Amino acid sequence: MDIGDSVIDVSGLRRRYGPAGDEGFEAVRDISFTVARGELFALLGTNGAGKTSTVELLEGLAKPTAGEVRVLGHDPYAERSAVRPRIGVMLQEGGFPADLTVAETVRMWAGCTTGARPVAEALELVDMLRRKDVRIKQLSGGERRRLDLALALLGRPEVLFLDEPTTGLDPEARRNTWELVRRLRAEGTTVLLTTHYLEEAEALADQLAIMREGRIVTSGTPEEVIGSYPARIRFAMPMGWFVGDLPPLAELGVVRHEEDRGRIELQTRELQRTLTGLLLWARDKDVELEGLDARTASLEEAFLAIAGAGPAGEPAEAGAGLGAGLGVDSVAGRNA
Amino acid sequence: MAKAVSISVPRMTALGRAEFILLGRNKMGLYVALLMPVMMVWAMRRAIGEVDLGEAGMSVNEVALTGAFGYILLFAVYQHLVSAYVARREELVLKRLRTGETHDAEILTGTALPAVAVAVAQCVLLVVAGVLWLDLRAVSRPDLMAAGIVLGVAMSIALAAVTASWAKTVQGSQLVTTPLVLISVAGSGLMVPLEAMPDTMADICSVLPLTPVIQLVRGGWLGGMSAHEAGGAILTGIAWTIVAAYGAKRWFRWEPRR
Repeated sequence: MDIGDSVIDVSGLRRRYGPAGDEGFEAVRDISFTVARGELFALLGTNGAGKTSTVELLEGLAKPTAGEVRVLGHDPYAERSAVRPRIGVMLQEGGFPADLTVAETVRMWAGCTTGARPVAEALELVDMLRRKDVRIKQLSGGERRRLDLALALLGRPEVLFLDEPTTGLDPEARRNTWELVRRLRAEGTTVLLTTHYLEEAEALADQLAIMREGRIVTSGTPEEVIGSYPARIRFAMPMGWFVGDLPPLAELGVVRHEEDRGRIELQTRELQRTLTGLLLWARDKDVELEGLDARTASLEEAFLAIAGAGPAGEPAEAGAGLGAGLGVDSVAGRNA
Repeated sequence: MAKAVSISVPRMTALGRAEFILLGRNKMGLYVALLMPVMMVWAMRRAIGEVDLGEAGMSVNEVALTGAFGYILLFAVYQHLVSAYVARREELVLKRLRTGETHDAEILTGTALPAVAVAVAQCVLLVVAGVLWLDLRAVSRPDLMAAGIVLGVAMSIALAAVTASWAKTVQGSQLVTTPLVLISVAGSGLMVPLEAMPDTMADICSVLPLTPVIQLVRGGWLGGMSAHEAGGAILTGIAWTIVAAYGAKRWFRWEPRR
């Protein structure tokens, strides 16, 4: 297979739990994407968006209801023996026997893995070597995740599936895991990762897709996804001044504005032009714009706009209120 | 899929070794696997003494020691494995293992290896103790005895896999194994040989899963089993093993119920 060939090919994929009709539930609804060799692809979405259901199909743990999956050119479910030795899997929720030590667990897994790394090397990768004689039941949640990652890496996989790899890790361990993932990608490993940490996707992903209610609603590079959302300028009008006193907003390039008890938020796709106009006006009028804050859209905003709102989506993060509300409108605006 | 699956011995050995370590660290599991068969034989000798064995033509020791193979299969293999499968399932170990290269059958067999080793060792000890100290004759047909043990072990593993789907916790596994244990103790000749039962009852009991196993072991040790009887027992044993293996393939649960 040539470099640059797609390593993961998904087309028209569907996964349904339970019987047809209202009794059942379709968790994955007609999604398609490809992941090129050496690329890191992040699948984002709130809980229940269908990420894990999708990844399980790619790992060959279940058979799709419809559609097709190819991993390294094979059907991961029907041709399991051809695919498994070349992939590494870290489940969102996987377990190890509570009474084994860390080293015993890795040794067991190594015995089941073609071309396994030495136990010490695998543990060193995730900074767990000094915990090798500790029983699994005495590990913290974060340590279990790191052990899980070590097992996923044991067979030096060409393709790595990581389902929420840093959930439960402290900030330092998370950074270390990111470093490790970056290193693996630099060595040519293709990585498919799901996460609900947006900075993780922003930091690591070459390509990402945001899922909502079983569908991919947005995909592209992080820059492309963020680029389709407007930048924001926030400030407070001084006493005695009102929005109506500003220059005509449309001429400043503002696509939308909100006012909440004197706090103004402007959205624009031309941040520099809008900001320049606003600041020139403020200097002209000798006005102080309190709490002035201008920023381009972040992945978080894009994500909240897409995944966090709507009837089936859970509110994604605390403090999302205003942003999420705006986000819904901006999505509607985009679609209109 | 009709594709042949190659079974990997190294993978099963790796799982078996880990499971062996776990058995050593599990006091309750060790107790069930090692002491229960001995205690049951001890307890049952008195009860067997009250059965009229005249028609069966066997001594109390002969019935007790050949029946002991049944206790070994029931406690060291069947009951122990049900709790091992349930424990690994609830710890999400089975789910994790299935993401790797190991095939389903290898996972179930590998997990069973320590139990099989313990059971085979106990069977050997039983024969040695019986011949050396309890005045039983030497094994007259080792082939039949071996066939009985192999069938019994395979059947017990498969039945354990089926039974494990009924229990949600390790504690619950004791409960769900009780029916087969009781039926087997009462009806498969562990306590009362079929020869000492009324005809109708013996006919019914002869189709119970462990009955052909005990008949083969007993016939193999004490002799006097015709080729016709041996063939029938082997076929019944194989039939039960196939049914149980099919049931395990169909119903075994790899993940906890949500």
